[in-house]
Amino acid sequence: MTVLADLPTYDEALAVYEPVIGLETHVELGTESKMFCGCPTAFGAEPNTQVCPVCLGLPGALPVVNEAAIRYTVMIGLALNCTIVPWSRFARKNYFYPDMPKDFQISQYDEPLCVNGWLDVDVDGQTHRVGITRVHMEEDTGKSLHVGGSTGRIQGATHSLVDYNRAGIPLVEIVTEPDVRSPEVARAYVEELRELCRALGISDVRMEQGSLRCDANVSLRRRPATPDGPENPFGTRTETKNLNSLRSVERAVRYEISRQASRLSAGERIVQETRHFDEGAGVTSAGRSKEEATDYRYFPEPDLAPVALSREFVEAVRATLPESPAQRRTRLTGDYGYTLTDIANLRGAGVLDLVEQTVTAGATPEAARKWWLNELARRASDAEIPPSQLAVTPADVARVATLIAAGELTDALARKVIDGVLAGEGGPDAVIEARGLKVVSDTGALDAAADAAIAGAPAIAEKVRGGKVAAVGPLVGAVMKAMKGQADAGAVRALLLEKLGVS
Amino acid sequence: MAITRDEVANLARLARMALSGDELDHLAPQLDVILGSVARVAEVAAADIPPTSHAVPLTNVFRSDLIRPCLSQADALAGAPATEDGRFRVPRILDPED
Amino acid sequence: MTDLLHLSAAETAAAIARGETSAVEVTRAALERIEKVDESVHAFLHVAPDAALADARAVDERKAAGEPLGPLAGVPLALKDVFTARGMPTTCGSRILDGWYPPYDATVVAKLRAAGVITVGKANMDEFAMGSSTENSAYGPSRNPWDLTRIPGGSSGGSAAAVAAFETPLALGTDTGGSIRQPAAVCGLVGVKPTYGGVSRYGLVAFSSSLDQAGPLARTVNDAALLHAAIAGHDPMDSTSVEAAVPDVVGAARIADVTGLRIGVVKELTGPGFAPGVVARFSEAVDMLAALGADVVEVSCPHFEYALAAYYLIAPSECSSNLARFDAMRFGLRVGDAVGASGGEADAPGAEEVMSRTRGAGFGAEVKRRIILGTYALSSGYYDAYYGQAQKVRTLIGRDFAAAYETCDVLVSPTTPTVAFPLGERVDDPVAMYLTDLATIPSNLAGGPAMSLPAGLSDGLPVGFQIMAPAFADDRLYRVGAALEAALDVRRGHPLLDEAPVL
Repeated sequence: MTVLADLPTYDEALAVYEPVIGLETHVELGTESKMFCGCPTAFGAEPNTQVCPVCLGLPGALPVVNEAAIRYTVMIGLALNCTIVPWSRFARKNYFYPDMPKDFQISQYDEPLCVNGWLDVDVDGQTHRVGITRVHMEEDTGKSLHVGGSTGRIQGATHSLVDYNRAGIPLVEIVTEPDVRSPEVARAYVEELRELCRALGISDVRMEQGSLRCDANVSLRRRPATPDGPENPFGTRTETKNLNSLRSVERAVRYEISRQASRLSAGERIVQETRHFDEGAGVTSAGRSKEEATDYRYFPEPDLAPVALSREFVEAVRATLPESPAQRRTRLTGDYGYTLTDIANLRGAGVLDLVEQTVTAGATPEAARKWWLNELARRASDAEIPPSQLAVTPADVARVATLIAAGELTDALARKVIDGVLAGEGGPDAVIEARGLKVVSDTGALDAAADAAIAGAPAIAEKVRGGKVAAVGPLVGAVMKAMKGQADAGAVRALLLEKLGVS
Repeated sequence: MAITRDEVANLARLARMALSGDELDHLAPQLDVILGSVARVAEVAAADIPPTSHAVPLTNVFRSDLIRPCLSQADALAGAPATEDGRFRVPRILDPED
Repeated sequence: MTDLLHLSAAETAAAIARGETSAVEVTRAALERIEKVDESVHAFLHVAPDAALADARAVDERKAAGEPLGPLAGVPLALKDVFTARGMPTTCGSRILDGWYPPYDATVVAKLRAAGVITVGKANMDEFAMGSSTENSAYGPSRNPWDLTRIPGGSSGGSAAAVAAFETPLALGTDTGGSIRQPAAVCGLVGVKPTYGGVSRYGLVAFSSSLDQAGPLARTVNDAALLHAAIAGHDPMDSTSVEAAVPDVVGAARIADVTGLRIGVVKELTGPGFAPGVVARFSEAVDMLAALGADVVEVSCPHFEYALAAYYLIAPSECSSNLARFDAMRFGLRVGDAVGASGGEADAPGAEEVMSRTRGAGFGAEVKRRIILGTYALSSGYYDAYYGQAQKVRTLIGRDFAAAYETCDVLVSPTTPTVAFPLGERVDDPVAMYLTDLATIPSNLAGGPAMSLPAGLSDGLPVGFQIMAPAFADDRLYRVGAALEAALDVRRGHPLLDEAPVL
């Protein structure tokens, strides 16, 4: 195994070779029941309690296609700008493995449901269009625990224990053209695809739970001799399987580029093979040699009818598509004036939807963003609940923001209003009423309080008159206390300074 | 178009089916005779003839995304050659040197 | 008691309904008969006396409660051991499923239960339905009740033997290339392959998915119609089952009138290759139909001669995939696993080796032959030349049928080229064995329904007359079959089976 230190630097590799990367992603669909039977798909059940003759592959059992899986696949296909083909079939992919109940997987071969699409990916302000070759449906396998080896890995195990709860869960496989040219774009593609699936609501796409899995195909070719010269043919590619985080995608691709560059520079050939990424060491290594040259003997699945979706059906699905993340970003940067970083932050805090709803309810984008990202996200985190479960609604926040804009609330008062709403005392207006939180705009009362404060602290008043403006703080505090906080501190300060003859 | 004994051995490996030397000896010529018979289809299956995979053509046979009762864990494991901790126990998947 | 055994299924149910006998009495008679003769006949692999009597008692209780009984309530039946039924083993005539108790019922089994039919046991069969004589059963062949040194046909040989030996009035078989019709022919019975998709395949252990179909075996056309009606119908658990209404086969059997019906004799299915005695009985039956008022014409189906070749590519290909699940991991035989072995886990055979040893030990010669053949036909490089081409022959055969049905209502031929041959005669000659399916295979490839009923005897052994009809026109089989049966019985003076040796 080659250690990172032996390789040419990454930049050296890139100077000579152009990486050619294609990605295959498997998405577990969030349907209620499995692809070909009515067993539940819920995660975390006791082993072999979500199985039936069909997904166990018992003799005599037959598959029946889940309509929701078809619909979800069409949704992804449309969101990826694919053509939904008028005629599609399932096929058997035949191979033996203990986690395969039938020792064939029902998949799609030369007649996938969706073809020829694309997904735009933004990296550092540049847009890359990644071609989508195909989107097809298949079923997941069972899950094995390997016993007897070290750390539960398959190497050195004496036997394995198989749970078929996962067998038969619908999977969608999305294959790109070899259009990607850098690890950063590879990572960004997977991330964008993940957000897209989330927006469509068709999967919880959690890489760490395995509902989104990624394989990266990497090859290198020499860059053209001159900048305008003809491109060289693709080199031999390797496939690195089961990358289970965005970071792994980027690191594994980067490592493969370096590794292949090193071999090519040394005059060695690249072996077409399956590889696995070791998170800890940060390197890829060759898989079992037996996996090569498997003849899957594909043929059309005789137990299932072809899928011939009408134009009407496809258009009806298209009409239900929610806005894609890209469309949303365009709208939010355009209409709301958010930066891409703002949007990323809001999404990361889990408040993007809430912010939009708040703006719709009448707040300015800036106010909505500020309240949810700062104050409310913090309160949710303190209470250990997601922001969407806070007792304060977007309508409430919009109301508060409007009152602040109108000068009827200060930020400090507004926070107290939020306290009240969170405590279940009612909506913002009810809380303001009950707790008496409105900014007092009665100048007489303010004036009187200011005079009283000055009279009550002659030494401080003298200092301020003498030019030490900063010393006015305690006087402001006294007025605020007298007003029970229902005053705008800035206005109070200004009033005091005016009375003391300082500006 | 003879199938050699070696080819039969390869096919047996692909089909995960151990065949004895005797069986390999017997099978290759028998398969040849059968294949000779079946090569007849080439005589008549012209390029412009569409294949039929189902005699009675159906399309779009779907079921609603509803949950149905499963087998109990006991029933699922009942026929298993070996079980452990509610799972199917299977022999080691890799060879020691893998 | 013996009288009971010679009643038809319809007469038996009627007698129970009239109170002249009970389901328990009938079942006891069947069980006694089985005990008496089955050692010679070997129709059954498993007899379930307790379950059968319990089911019979349930029928009698329903009768006592005044509930209406169906037309087959209380009638005993032999169930080909290829169907799953809870509480009884399903071996498919193979060692690899020795002692396997399925955890679910086939849909047809559930329908039989609902109809009050009493399944007394599982009938012997060629292993995984591959064969024409039951000599491929891992548990020894069944014997023809007409001559115990001869084959009862296959693969539903046990089912046919049970009915011809008067052990049960009814049996369920399956037909992939003739496996109901050919045993019916050589045992002097009525056997029907319904339109593909007309009867559910859920719980029918698959041999060739696009060809397999379940169907009735009985001693009279009317009995076969009643059983056909009981099991037919759309099943949402089988994606290949059709939603069309079940044709009124019982009504058609009652009509039994062929005046003006156009009957086509298939030129390619008589002549050389068919034994003279078989051709003689066939011609006489055709003459009889003409005498009854049918118009008889000769038709040519020129691609039928390629049917056998296409079948022997399609069926093994599908079966090589269907039988992959028998891998020793989840059910069935496991050979070579060293669980608990003292030699140390490291020396124990791995999963692949256990799979391989198990399948080598568990499958018989014919099954292995077809798995290898099918694996070959699907291999990369061969798919288009073999499996792909064979599917084209299917199209051509379908066109031949369609053309013929433009001028005919039904087509007829001898069911099989010879009468029952001696046990052992064709065991070492697979090609000779395959030729028994010459006349029956075209219907499986095209999907249309077909019936075999007795045409008479040749050298003391039954000859079968085959009727074929367009898809979904199963009723025509019964209309023509009933007319012919009645006329032949009248001419003979008694049913054909009265001439069978007394066992």
